[in-house]
Amino acid sequence: MTVFQHILIVLGVLFVLLTIAAGLIWVERRLLALWQDRLGPNRAGPLGIFIVVADTLKLFFKEDWIPPFADKWVFVAAPAIVVASVLMSFVIIPFSPVIVIADLNVGLLFFLAMSSLGVYSIVLGGWASNNKYSLLGALRGASQMMAYEVFMGLSLMGVVMLTGSFNLQDIVAAQRSMWFIVYQPLGFILFFIAGVAETHRLPFDIPEAESELIAGYHAEYSGMKFGMFFIGEYLGITLISAMTVTMFFGGWLGPGFLPPWFWFGGKTAIFIGLFILLRASLPRPRYDQLIGFGWKLLLPLVLANLLVTGAVALLLKK
Amino acid sequence: MLSLLRTIWLVFLHLFHKKATIEYPEEKIPLHPRYRGRIVLTRDPDGQERCVGCYLCAAACPVDCIALQAAEDENGRRYPEFFRINFSRCIFCGYCEDACPTYAIQLIPDVEMAEFHRQDLVFEKEDLLIDSEGKYPGYNYYKIAGITAGVKETGQGANEEPPVDVHSLLP
Repeated sequence: MTVFQHILIVLGVLFVLLTIAAGLIWVERRLLALWQDRLGPNRAGPLGIFIVVADTLKLFFKEDWIPPFADKWVFVAAPAIVVASVLMSFVIIPFSPVIVIADLNVGLLFFLAMSSLGVYSIVLGGWASNNKYSLLGALRGASQMMAYEVFMGLSLMGVVMLTGSFNLQDIVAAQRSMWFIVYQPLGFILFFIAGVAETHRLPFDIPEAESELIAGYHAEYSGMKFGMFFIGEYLGITLISAMTVTMFFGGWLGPGFLPPWFWFGGKTAIFIGLFILLRASLPRPRYDQLIGFGWKLLLPLVLANLLVTGAVALLLKK
Repeated sequence: MLSLLRTIWLVFLHLFHKKATIEYPEEKIPLHPRYRGRIVLTRDPDGQERCVGCYLCAAACPVDCIALQAAEDENGRRYPEFFRINFSRCIFCGYCEDACPTYAIQLIPDVEMAEFHRQDLVFEKEDLLIDSEGKYPGYNYYKIAGITAGVKETGQGANEEPPVDVHSLLP
């Protein structure tokens, strides 16, 4: 692959991801509406898709205000961190056999590291806002990270055991005979729960919690800085969906009559829909409930999953 | 845990339910015949104005949005010289309709009266008068009134006996 092709892939992936993140504004609003027996935005353009343009323009033209009591530089940097860390995670995702930006041999670890960095934007944003609701949101963000981060990493280790590699292309290739959802159903469920908590989506939008904390950590943000948090959230959904597909649903594998990126995109879209369905249906737990749930139920489950997977893998090896 | 999954499934099934949204400009809201919307002034079966300029509607109006001036024609029939309703103030309570002794002022099921300029919401008599008897067809106040006012001869009105010639009562 030449340097030029590589740059082309980087720009293409970036363009597609940002388009998807913007398009999800419309997808989420339409789907939520349908699940609430409404129609949602259906006026501007075909099926209302131009609501994306309207929303983006609105965000651009809103006053980009920095509160005088805020810690200015941290306040400005926080929204950039979430977008940057999520976009960095996409670097290792194999969209197809050829479309992958960096085929790292520690790809999975890189993903876990980068996605964990996202919590800094919540903590720093909430802290820099110098507002008690924002600070409470930031505290909750930090405590939530405690709840999910441990079992998120461990839930993927079953797949790593079966593959013997942290490289995502190897993991996808190992699923040629059978998707890992069959061998690791518990691992999938646990990873998906952790992923919902990781993206701070309902039902685990505890740092945001508009009914208790107004908007939590981004209460003081407006304009495109708020838009960055927004984009970061949608990119996070896409990332977790793409990772779920890669780890458990065979990535770009699929019948040969359609290109691999189509299968990858289609499977990812289903999980994005599942994210929105969860938002439409489940209520938010208290943050101590989430921590208790994470440490008392999910962590033992994930350890048991690891134990059984390891034992079976050893048995089959002999 | 199972109840959570059941919730998710039931919410998913809402995809196929009938939507509650009414797509307004193409699809209108069904308004009942007695819905309290735009205010009109009706006419009697002869095509004359029913309003007799009694000011009861203006007095009943809680937001004072009705202004009128009574006048009288050569036959002694009362009518409003001008009749003005400021719909930017009107709260569509219907008290004017209740107060009206001649069924002249009525609220009809029409809510589509948005304007770009506030002044356009002030309706004059020619905007309010309609060529209809409204909710009370056949009702004609001056046919049952005590005065003739050029509508009927004495004794010709509804529920009215012909005048008695007192001299003919002699035994």
